[in-house]
Amino acid sequence: MRMKFLALAAVALLAACESTPNDAANGANTGAQQSSVRPGSAEDFVVNVGDRVFFGLDRFDLSPEARATLDRQAKWLQTYGSVTVTVEGHADERGTREYNLALGERRANSVKNYLAAKGIPANRVNVVSYGKERPAVVGSNEAAWSQNRRGVTVVN
Amino acid sequence: MTTKTRLLLKLAGATGALLLSLGVAAPQEARAELRIDITRGVSEPLPIAITSFAGSGGRDVQMGADISKVISDDLERSGLFKPLDPRGFLQTPDQLRSGEPRYQDWKALGAQALVAGNTTTGADGRMKVDFRLWDVAAGQYMQGLSYSASPQEWRRIAHIVADAIYKRLTGEDGYFDTRIVYVAESGPANARKKQLAIMDQDSANHQFLTDGQTLVLTPRFSPTSQEITYMSYFNKKPRVYLFNIDTGRQEVLGDFPGMTFAPRFSPDGNKVIMSMAQNGNTDIYTLDLRTRRQTQLTDAPGIDTGPSYSPDGQRIVFESDRGGTQQLYVMGADGSGVKRLTFGEGRYGTPVWSPRGDLIAFTRQRGSSFAVGVIRPDGSGERILTEAFHVEGPTWAPNGRVIMFFKDLPSGDGRGRNAKLYSIDITGANERRVSTPVDGSDPAWSPLIP
Repeated sequence: MRMKFLALAAVALLAACESTPNDAANGANTGAQQSSVRPGSAEDFVVNVGDRVFFGLDRFDLSPEARATLDRQAKWLQTYGSVTVTVEGHADERGTREYNLALGERRANSVKNYLAAKGIPANRVNVVSYGKERPAVVGSNEAAWSQNRRGVTVVN
Repeated sequence: MTTKTRLLLKLAGATGALLLSLGVAAPQEARAELRIDITRGVSEPLPIAITSFAGSGGRDVQMGADISKVISDDLERSGLFKPLDPRGFLQTPDQLRSGEPRYQDWKALGAQALVAGNTTTGADGRMKVDFRLWDVAAGQYMQGLSYSASPQEWRRIAHIVADAIYKRLTGEDGYFDTRIVYVAESGPANARKKQLAIMDQDSANHQFLTDGQTLVLTPRFSPTSQEITYMSYFNKKPRVYLFNIDTGRQEVLGDFPGMTFAPRFSPDGNKVIMSMAQNGNTDIYTLDLRTRRQTQLTDAPGIDTGPSYSPDGQRIVFESDRGGTQQLYVMGADGSGVKRLTFGEGRYGTPVWSPRGDLIAFTRQRGSSFAVGVIRPDGSGERILTEAFHVEGPTWAPNGRVIMFFKDLPSGDGRGRNAKLYSIDITGANERRVSTPVDGSDPAWSPLIP
């Protein structure tokens, strides 16, 4: 039963990946892709580490999955100590514009604070909020909204 | 013309001198007034006959017709008036120019009010427009006014005449000689191009103010000058800016360490109030435009945003999630005496104090829908005006009788959102699309043009 659920979840993630090729789930990709990516590059970070974490409705706390992704990000950032990043905080479309700008800023800071706790200095991590202005997935349904409530770490 | 007493006022408009002559209404008008009670929500708009304004030459005749059309459209859009089809009119503009109306003829058409006017061009090239308003049922003259301006200003003259008629028949100030600044939207939903645009209240004279290279949001008019405050992502650094409409000059406001957003002017135009987000906390600040002094007004943990002054400048309404969910609060202009305003189910945001002071407009989010509503500043009398999948961002006409907002439908099948501007009477009646050349959001209504 549990196996079946996981399989379904994997299908759902793959479906999501079709519309969001940079999704964190791509961390599971292996083989040929990895070898074509220069270690330490922005592409390496997106493909092999996972550049984004997702948040619950009107939430900015980090789920266990989000923390696992950020642990990988922190490790990578420690390996490549000269890299600086910008964390972009985003919200879904179901909120007012100004509130969502503030919410996106909160989410970006959740990511920044977690990375700081894992030893990444604050001066290497910039934050910016886009509120609901830059959805990753276009759609007015929970599947899209859950992908859009996100913090994306972008290598500068 | 029965108007004799003239008062010359210099109007310092954006486009130069406009002379306004106010004719004082004749004294015999005191009995049974033709009057629209706009507080009740008008179910039957007032039938009004607006004749083509007479002119002595071909150019003046055309101008007269154009002016009359703009007046007619303004009054019709308000939902309070029903302009009658001019093809049924039995008295010509020239007949009305010299003589009295044949009241019986106009009554037979169903008209309750009659407007006639006259357009002439002087030797100096300036245009002179005068109009007269009659109460058809009572068979009496109500008002006459006269204006002069450069011919390029003809639409403004028409709006000013429409405002005068609106005021004479409703007892309230008009709102037709105004402009709208808003965010024009185009392109795909995940990389939406947004630019500031400005137009007359009736969608004429549309003009883009920014080129769309930089994401811009939430413009608001200054109450006293040709300036707009708005938020821009210039250099990927989201900050509040000031935009001068006359010069096109843009300037970042203040020196804040974090993102600034949600700007509004104070009623005297001397300050901009806004939010700053830093380290996951959002508070409200003011920036004095003369001294450039920054003052922090709130320090609660959480999101305090959407600040809007009362028209007397003494109080500020804002939204905060300090109580757990997004709700409206009111505080003194110095940040003291914070009091929660909304206790209803759902989340409340984007409060905007009416220019009359009597109401606060807001966006409410409950379940799967958004609504625009109004509430009294003491927290009583909450009323929803319109509800949909997504409506947001109310802004007030300067007379506090009409609200503009934006609305969009769910996106689906690869189609993105397509926000459009709408206006609605504060009674909840007369919801209408406001025409824009591309999609639009974040409207802000100007004061009456000085």
